[in-house]
Amino acid sequence: MNPQEPLIEFRSVSRRFGAQEVLRDISFTIHRGESVAIIGESGCGKSVTLKLMIALLAPSSGEVCLDGRSHRTRTEKDLTRERLRFGYVFQQAALFDSMSVEDNVAFGLRQNTDFSEGEIAAIVRERLNEVGLPTSVCRKKPAELSGGMKKRVGLARALALSPEIVLYDEPTTGLDPIMSDVINELIVRARARRSITGIVVTHDMVTVGRTVDRVIMLYPLSRLEGDEPQIIFDGTPAEVFSAADPRVYQFVHGQAGERLEELALN
Amino acid sequence: MADTVVTTEHEGPIERIGQLTLDGISSVGGLALFFFDMLAWLVTRLPRRAVLFASMYQIGVESLLVVMVTGGFIGMVMAVQSYDQLRYMHLETNLGAVINISLVKELGPVLAATMLAGRVGSSMAAELGTMRITEQIDALRVLGANPIHYLVVPRFLACVLLIPLLTVMADAAGVFGGWFISTQVCGIDSQHYWNHTEEYIGSFELLSGVAKSVFFGAAIAVVSCQRGFNCRAGAEGVGRAATEAFVFSFVAILTLDFLLGIICNALYPWLGQ
Repeated sequence: MNPQEPLIEFRSVSRRFGAQEVLRDISFTIHRGESVAIIGESGCGKSVTLKLMIALLAPSSGEVCLDGRSHRTRTEKDLTRERLRFGYVFQQAALFDSMSVEDNVAFGLRQNTDFSEGEIAAIVRERLNEVGLPTSVCRKKPAELSGGMKKRVGLARALALSPEIVLYDEPTTGLDPIMSDVINELIVRARARRSITGIVVTHDMVTVGRTVDRVIMLYPLSRLEGDEPQIIFDGTPAEVFSAADPRVYQFVHGQAGERLEELALN
Repeated sequence: MADTVVTTEHEGPIERIGQLTLDGISSVGGLALFFFDMLAWLVTRLPRRAVLFASMYQIGVESLLVVMVTGGFIGMVMAVQSYDQLRYMHLETNLGAVINISLVKELGPVLAATMLAGRVGSSMAAELGTMRITEQIDALRVLGANPIHYLVVPRFLACVLLIPLLTVMADAAGVFGGWFISTQVCGIDSQHYWNHTEEYIGSFELLSGVAKSVFFGAAIAVVSCQRGFNCRAGAEGVGRAATEAFVFSFVAILTLDFLLGIICNALYPWLGQ
């Protein structure tokens, strides 16, 4: 494994759902240890990009490669093994409703390791502690938790198997500013402790400013003209905040611009 | 079972029929692929005991009361409805045979399965549908579990093992209900009632009913889980998956009942005498 080789590579990837094309011919690479934010308006294909990375979805055309090898060439068994290199923090946490917090965090360990129940319980406690949750939440069901707690349990579950890459799907959406700050800090700490590669899909520019060192911006295909590339920005957070492209500038600074006129016309 | 119905502005009746036919074939194909995928997991790796027992409890124990009440009332209604007809022909002592043969061969398995398609099938479709739209099924895959193996195989096994047992309990409740009304309300002699029953019902009749319920259980599990796995987004999608699970399970039960009825009749000369 060459350390200079990209960890994740998208080669001219397109993805459509029925007649609707969401991603068109996008290419980028992510190297080991990088922390990357994928930003863009709702519906531009950010979450789809994450699901393509971890092979929860397959591209309609193009290749998604992990360590230089395309997902397409892997068997389902290989893909299952490769997915364990990832941790995935879902947008709504996606905790298993029927299980307690402890069972949620322990799920991957029970499924994929030979650890004893005692060892698993110790890891679960450690991960919960890492995300600032007391062990008293272990017996609770997800329905008894607040939004912020669910996100933190989701993060603890994602980190339980000590992944190499962590994917965060809108980690601060729906949270108050204080809890958003807590989640941002946990993302930074998780990376500092484990030197993991992190990919954050977000609308939240505070998260971008705090947690990543590279930003990729996708633009919705419905708003692009002709064969314009869908990736309209790829650079550092400092560069994104001072981007000259009005589409990037308006998104980053939350300015609707001509969009308000379009809405008024409708 | 249509997943996608594509309509265009200029679609005529022929195109519409063609599209519906294609959707129907595609849905049956999807169901068949889902079944074979589940079967492949079933033969390669059994589910964890805890997961299987949880499904068995939910499907079996929690359905017992409702199935027995259903069975009991079927027996009682049959006694009430049949008594006058048979008395008119002076055949009222045959009431036991009429009620019990209908119950164990046909009504018990079909009505218990219908009740379970509503209770268990809709619940499974809604649960799996909710798991799908809240990304819990994706979470399973991310955590190294195959959703078909983890979610569908235990439910399939629980349905195939426990729906026949529930059918036996429904039959028993129906037999008791029929006996109670016939002997305690209509005044038929209990001895005559059981003698006639014994004359017409053998092990073939009993076992053919139970055998049918194995197929009904399998159909309920596969159809309901497949509907849940293909649930569309939102509360409407979950509601629709639950409704479709019941409707398609019911159609599958009736179709299987018809086919299995023909097979049982063909086998009767060899096995039933």
